Amino acid sequence: MDDPVLLARLQFAFTISFHIIFPSFTIGLSAYIATLEMMWGISGNSLYKRIALFWTKIFAVSFAMGVVSGIVLSYQLGTNWSGFSAAAGNIIGPLAGYEVLAAFFLEATFLSVMLFGGDRVPQWLHILSAIAVATGTAMSAFWILSANSWMHTPAGYEMRNGVAYPLDWWAIVFNPSFIYRFTHMLNASYLTAGFAVLAVGARYLLAARHFDEARVMVRMAIGLLVILAPLQLFIGDQHGLNTLHYQPVKIAAMEAHWDGSKPDDFHVFAWPDEKGERNLFEISIPRGASIILTHKIDGLFPGLTSVPPDQRPPVKNVFFGFRIMLAVGFYMIGAALFGAWLWWRGLLLTRRWYLNIVARTWWVGFVAVIAGWVVTESGRQPWVVQGVLRTADAISPVAAHAVAITFALFVVVYGIVFIGAAYYINRLIHHGPQGELIESGSKQEGALAQHGIHA
Amino acid sequence: MTLPFALPFGLDLPLVWAGIIGFSVAWYVVADGFDLGIGLLFPFARGEKDRDQMMASVKPFWDGNETWLILGGGGLLVAFPRAYSIMMPALYLPVIVMLLGLIFRGVAFEFRGLANRKQGWNFAFTAGSAVASFAQGVILGGFIQGARVENGAYAGGTFDWLTPFSIVCGLGILSGYTLLGSTWLVLKTSGDLARRARSQALYALGAVLFFMALVSLWTPLVFPRIYERWFTLPNFFYFAPVPFFTAATALACGWGLMRNNDTVPFYASIVLFLLGYLGLVISVFPYLVPPSLTIWQTAAAESSQTFMLIGTLVLLPIILAYTFFVYWLFRGKVREGESYH
Ligand code: HDD
Ligand code: HEM
Ligand code: HEM
Repeated sequence: MDDPVLLARLQFAFTISFHIIFPSFTIGLSAYIATLEMMWGISGNSLYKRIALFWTKIFAVSFAMGVVSGIVLSYQLGTNWSGFSAAAGNIIGPLAGYEVLAAFFLEATFLSVMLFGGDRVPQWLHILSAIAVATGTAMSAFWILSANSWMHTPAGYEMRNGVAYPLDWWAIVFNPSFIYRFTHMLNASYLTAGFAVLAVGARYLLAARHFDEARVMVRMAIGLLVILAPLQLFIGDQHGLNTLHYQPVKIAAMEAHWDGSKPDDFHVFAWPDEKGERNLFEISIPRGASIILTHKIDGLFPGLTSVPPDQRPPVKNVFFGFRIMLAVGFYMIGAALFGAWLWWRGLLLTRRWYLNIVARTWWVGFVAVIAGWVVTESGRQPWVVQGVLRTADAISPVAAHAVAITFALFVVVYGIVFIGAAYYINRLIHHGPQGELIESGSKQEGALAQHGIHA
Repeated sequence: MTLPFALPFGLDLPLVWAGIIGFSVAWYVVADGFDLGIGLLFPFARGEKDRDQMMASVKPFWDGNETWLILGGGGLLVAFPRAYSIMMPALYLPVIVMLLGLIFRGVAFEFRGLANRKQGWNFAFTAGSAVASFAQGVILGGFIQGARVENGAYAGGTFDWLTPFSIVCGLGILSGYTLLGSTWLVLKTSGDLARRARSQALYALGAVLFFMALVSLWTPLVFPRIYERWFTLPNFFYFAPVPFFTAATALACGWGLMRNNDTVPFYASIVLFLLGYLGLVISVFPYLVPPSLTIWQTAAAESSQTFMLIGTLVLLPIILAYTFFVYWLFRGKVREGESYH
């Protein structure tokens, strides 16, 4: 391994995938906590406060992980991608800078009031801090996604001597793919956190602990998910149509569509053969891709062979990443709609098989988020800024061995830290809102019967 | 994009940005300095109760403190992308090692509170703080030494930063953060813990003065450009007060420690740090990539600096206001057993 470009890409893919796990959870969770605090403020019912406090502890751990792994990223743009910083710094710098100000402005400081304020601040300030933190995380997503979207659909700039100069900031911030990427990602965060809350609530119902809290968690989650999960399909579809316009090769890779002169099927499964420029083992829905992308049964859209091989993205990453995201998307829609139907029938809190499934699928959102980013980012290759700067020209003049050493250090350190976070979050969940342990055995069955829960 | 108003005093944009970044770095060094210092003092505490208190004294602040590091580093990318794209590769290993150290101590804040057996995270907290502090000193030294540049990109090797000078700077920062951390404990805690912090602070003060003197003598001797800056007329007369004030502040700090004053030592050690920082600025200004590129040669497009400046001028005062509010909210000595509520 002495290819510095590949090493730099792998290292960055590792550190940023690690980072996004936490924001995608904290953006959603902070909004959930803020909602609970508002409900507490309006109703005066301390049940909401208890639930909010419980999730706040988990939020604190995740947030700390987001902060430390995020700081790494902002420095990696210089340490690993100095060519990118030099060429695109005039544009990316201010956008990333506004994310830091947003993080600063609302998150870091109000967070300390939210976490440690306790009896030192009045109730209204506590609620306000929770809202400020939720707004701050969404605002930092706004700015960083603007920077990222600009890399996919650059606008409002001109190139002089290989350096991008801004011409129109409005066009830069609201570049053509921004609004799709921002809404899709924000919604992804709410879905991710929603499924985590649903899973924890279901887990408590199954164990017959914390019944009051669990009921609120499960109902609030289903109420939210039944709207947001279908919405994600709609936004994703619009996102894809927009991408077809600006990055047709990425779409071709997502669909493993080689020959643009023919309409194509939707491949539920296939093994893209990049040498042979064809797919093996196809299982397809006839004309599916043409219908989705052009809304015509025999519609045409560009294929991978429309560009030479060295301008195509790694097809397998993009193709399978997209399939994984879709699978999760449809699972989420199914689980949410079915849960809503159970609720309507009055069975939501008692159908054990349903609770068993959702209690075990807390992780689906995280998988979809990472898969979605792999689609987006791999699909842009070999460009780092679409059509403007190649990835190979974006790296730093750093020796391959230095990148390899630090990569190994990142894997070790992140591994330890991740195991720690997973362990402690799991323990916080285990202790539950009142700090009790989940009991097992006969007592559990007894308590179950007491609340009228039957298998 | 041009500014909707004229800058006063004939300032230009790169200069304003250099000021903002300089301010952020100074704030970072002092603020994260005292909480990194807590990590350095951790092994010397007597028992977990003391450690709980030490951590509680910085817990509401560390996250906000660390954000200034991003404003410093991120600010460099915003306003001086060319300097950023040269200095970051030049300081590749120390920067990444520093980040890894910050990760360890950052998560230790959260995990230690949740763990039953705390030794592991105590160690992570100390080791992370020590590695991060030392690396920051090395980065400082590497920055003063400068970088080899060809065609606007870094042209040196992986280990160019590694010199006796940068190692000494690393040790100097370790002693400085220990001083800030121990005087912070004098300010924020009471009883045995505070008493021990007092004597630790005295040792740290001695070490700080030693390293300050060493670096002040070393830099002009090794770097002719720094010698010229300080020891030519009339500069010499303008800058002579800096060492003088430094000595006076060190005396005040020592006096406060001996006289059992709670507040003077901490504020005096802040001033001590700022004076050292001022000395550095005098030595290096206006270079961002010594010895070749100045702030004007590495500045971002005017439009980029302007776009960001507008947001910064609106938000920075607000950020400062509520930073002060948080320090005010959590003022006074740490209460026993204080953590989450
Ligand atoms: C969709 C949202 C999103 C995306 C794509 C990213 N981040 Fe992030 N980031 C956040 C959403 C976020 C957040 C929700 O605002 C975090 C997570 C937890 C936190 O502390 O704030 C955060 C934290 C965070 C921090 C610490 C801020 C603080 O001290 O509060 C930094 C420096 C970065 N990020 C930088 C980056 C960079 C350089 C990225 C890409 C290259 C990036 N983030 C991708
Ligand atoms: C249900 C059907 C879904 C469709 C049709 C869909 C569609 C898409 C498309 C076309 C992209 C690529 C955008 C590009 O061109 O760069 C994308 C990216 C992405 N998707 Fe989805 N998606 C769906 C579900 C989900 C779900 C359930 C999640 C997570 C919970 C998710 C998270 C993401 C993320 C994080 C990205 C990368 C960021 C972005 O480009 O927005 N998606 N999605
Ligand atoms: C947090 C969500 C993100 C994830 C999970 C993500 C994921 C990835 C992955 C997997 C790669 C490697 C692609 C490949 O080499 O095949 C990559 C590349 C890259 N991304 Fe992202 N990305 C995210 C957001 C961003 C943002 C917000 C920026 C910048 C503002 C960014 C900048 C880059 C750069 C500079 C590269 C390296 C060049 C390249 O290999 O394309 N990414 N990212």
